[in-house]
Amino acid sequence: MKNLVLKTVAVCVTALTLVVGMSGCGTANVTDNKAGDSKSGKITLAGSTSMEKLCEAMSESYMAANPSVTVTVEYTGSSAGIESLSQGSVDIGNASRGLKDGEKESGVVENIVAIDGIAVISNKSNTVSNLTKEQLVDIYTGKISNWKELGGNDESIVVIGREAGSGTRAAFEELLEIEDACKYAQELDSTGAVLAKTSSTPGSIGYVSLDAVDDSVISVSLDGVEASEENIKAGSYILSRPFVMATMGDISKQNDLVKSWFDYVKSDEGKEVISSVGLILPD
Amino acid sequence: MNSRIKVNSTELIAKYVFIVSAAIAIFAVASITVYMIAKGTPALKSVGAVDLLFGTSWKPTADSPSYGILYIILTSIVGTTASILIGVPIAVLTAVFLTEVASKRLAAIVQPAVELLAAIPSVIYGLLGLMLLNPFMFKLEKILFNDSETHQFTGGSNLLSAIIVLAIMILPTVVNVSVSSIKAVSFDLRAASLALGASKIQTIFKVTLPAAKSGILTGVVLGIGRALGEAMAINMVAGGSVNLPLPFSSVRFLTTQLVSEMGYAEGIHRQVLFTVGLVLYIFIMAVNIVLLKLRKEASAND
Repeated sequence: MKNLVLKTVAVCVTALTLVVGMSGCGTANVTDNKAGDSKSGKITLAGSTSMEKLCEAMSESYMAANPSVTVTVEYTGSSAGIESLSQGSVDIGNASRGLKDGEKESGVVENIVAIDGIAVISNKSNTVSNLTKEQLVDIYTGKISNWKELGGNDESIVVIGREAGSGTRAAFEELLEIEDACKYAQELDSTGAVLAKTSSTPGSIGYVSLDAVDDSVISVSLDGVEASEENIKAGSYILSRPFVMATMGDISKQNDLVKSWFDYVKSDEGKEVISSVGLILPD
Repeated sequence: MNSRIKVNSTELIAKYVFIVSAAIAIFAVASITVYMIAKGTPALKSVGAVDLLFGTSWKPTADSPSYGILYIILTSIVGTTASILIGVPIAVLTAVFLTEVASKRLAAIVQPAVELLAAIPSVIYGLLGLMLLNPFMFKLEKILFNDSETHQFTGGSNLLSAIIVLAIMILPTVVNVSVSSIKAVSFDLRAASLALGASKIQTIFKVTLPAAKSGILTGVVLGIGRALGEAMAINMVAGGSVNLPLPFSSVRFLTTQLVSEMGYAEGIHRQVLFTVGLVLYIFIMAVNIVLLKLRKEASAND
């Protein structure tokens, strides 16, 4: 009898020790997890096709830092992305434009992660350094075909643009509201080619991402506003648009994964990704 | 007995090695054909074969997109034909010069030069076209269309630049094949012609060239294949807008269409690009079937 009691106590003690020990281990594991910042789960984004480059680069970089998180991005268009967000089918809705009032009223919060700026460039022989929005539209739709109509030299305008499918072209045409109405004399397939052609062809005009502009061409002001980061941030330069990763309610109200995504986007690594795809960082 | 078995087994192994090698080549051709048809036909259904092949409006990213590639097909046909019309006479006359007219010492300098032309990468031709031809064309364009209200200035990147680049690029192919076929013409024929009192030039054009006809035609067809398939060089000089192929218009070829838009194309736009590839593939196949027939005829004549 005494033996049995002793035995039972011994077993209980051992079991207790094991349980405590194990739970101790468990706690330790959780702490380790936090220290390594490794979360697991899935973040879903949907929206703007123009944001494809940014989202691909950002999600790749984020997943490299958080291997157990899967980020999936669908490119359905800005409005469709915000629609999916308000229906609750995705965590983040991407829009390559400012949110509309109606969208904001439904509780969607605009988080601007980057700004896309496009510079209008022309050949160095050109003496016209400022264009109005209307003049730029007329040039690209073929209504104005000589610089002399704009007070410049008697030099025909060579209209250079990008190929269909290019994000820069889509943004340029969308911002000027001349989608598929442009009459291009040349459609080139890279930013570098547009720069090279513009710098070598007298009378040419082209457009490239703001970060690509160099000394080989003239950067044309629009409506008297120079294409620069400051002017774009101030909102006075017309050829720019925000890249929005919208959430339902503030970021602070999102789940940990979405919060960590935005933390990453705003971290130094995230900023590097944004700059690497030629975008401007918001303040 | 033993050695005989050994020989037999060596023969057998060799035979299978040959069969496998041949099978790889056939497999490659067959799988490319199947792949191109599988990838290229869906757009014919989703867009409609007539709208796609005979449509003249190329707006793949518009809200209501249109995918007409007629101008692109025409550009490839016109560009290739014109470059052949310019390039072939020059090439054939060069071949005549090398084989019939030039002294051996001169031919020893010119022939390697022509062969070197074939070794120059196409991007170099494109670069030269970009730096030399386009500015020249722009000057010409400004003179010709000085008073034109409707002409869109392209900065010299036009169909004509592409044709000139292509004409130069096909030279070595046509020259080399023509030279060997002219050399193969029996000397007796020439001797007979000269003995009958024909001059040297008469002999060349009435006797030698007709006798070398099928070989020269083979060279021409090879040249067509080269011109039709070239992408890099003309992508750099042709401008790249989809237009009716007029000499001073910015144009896009079947090949350059694939090169410039494959990067970002999605959905039906991407499918249509595969159809463009299929059209190009069919053209190239047709050219090669003609080539095979010509070669058969040539060997039948011998």
